[in-house]
Amino acid sequence: MSGGSLLLRMELRSNPESLCVVRNTTGELTQTLGFPEAECRAVVLAVDEALTNIIRHAYQGRTEQPIEATFRRIQVARDGLQQPALEIVLEDRGMTVDREKLCGRKLEDVRPGGLGLHFIRESMDTVEFRRKWGRNQLRMVKLLHDAKTSRES
Amino acid sequence: MLQISVRHFEKTTILDVSGDIDLASSPELRKALLRELRERRTPRVVLNLNGVHYTDSSGVASLVEGLKASREVGSRLVLFGLNSAVREVLQLSKLLRVFEIADSEEQAVAS
Repeated sequence: MSGGSLLLRMELRSNPESLCVVRNTTGELTQTLGFPEAECRAVVLAVDEALTNIIRHAYQGRTEQPIEATFRRIQVARDGLQQPALEIVLEDRGMTVDREKLCGRKLEDVRPGGLGLHFIRESMDTVEFRRKWGRNQLRMVKLLHDAKTSRES
Repeated sequence: MLQISVRHFEKTTILDVSGDIDLASSPELRKALLRELRERRTPRVVLNLNGVHYTDSSGVASLVEGLKASREVGSRLVLFGLNSAVREVLQLSKLLRVFEIADSEEQAVAS
């Protein structure tokens, strides 16, 4: 679906036990790409929360269901500049995502739950959901702010 | 893997937590907190998060549930030993000021 250079593709199962493996891998990847430490943690949190949502909502807690995670290095046009970024696409074959449920809750309402999507949106620069060919697709982009940018030709 | 060890004192219980708190492990934290607060009615429960280097929203939800339980039974829930990752997540949730957070175990126990 996207251009850019492929960095990593993982085929996962919807098992909560696999989350720590994905977190470690994502952390290593973001460090290698040169993200600052706090942004590495933010990307790890977003990926973990997105996978948690897939396991809990799309697959309703069923384990052994397929999830595909693709990490690409892309260029994003911002203010006439080409800026490097990390694009992460998560795909599952679970239930259609209920948009109402994805709205999260008001932070002032101190109660358990409803924070995952808020964390994802706060952690990433772009968050897009779509349903395509019977699959839920979540695309997240994090800009590499500290990297050199080049003027768009 | 999450590990929780419990130290009981006269009116205080300290839960030493280490490992990552996520979808797989947060039920264990929730269970330990609610056991101390709802079943044992411990007047003060102190959560040592020094060994926790990651928590997600399900971990935050377990803490919020613990906080609500403490208010219901008239106990206190005090946290200490928050590292950057845990602090950032509580900050993102706008919950840093909702929880009672101490700088050290001594302060948590003395407060």
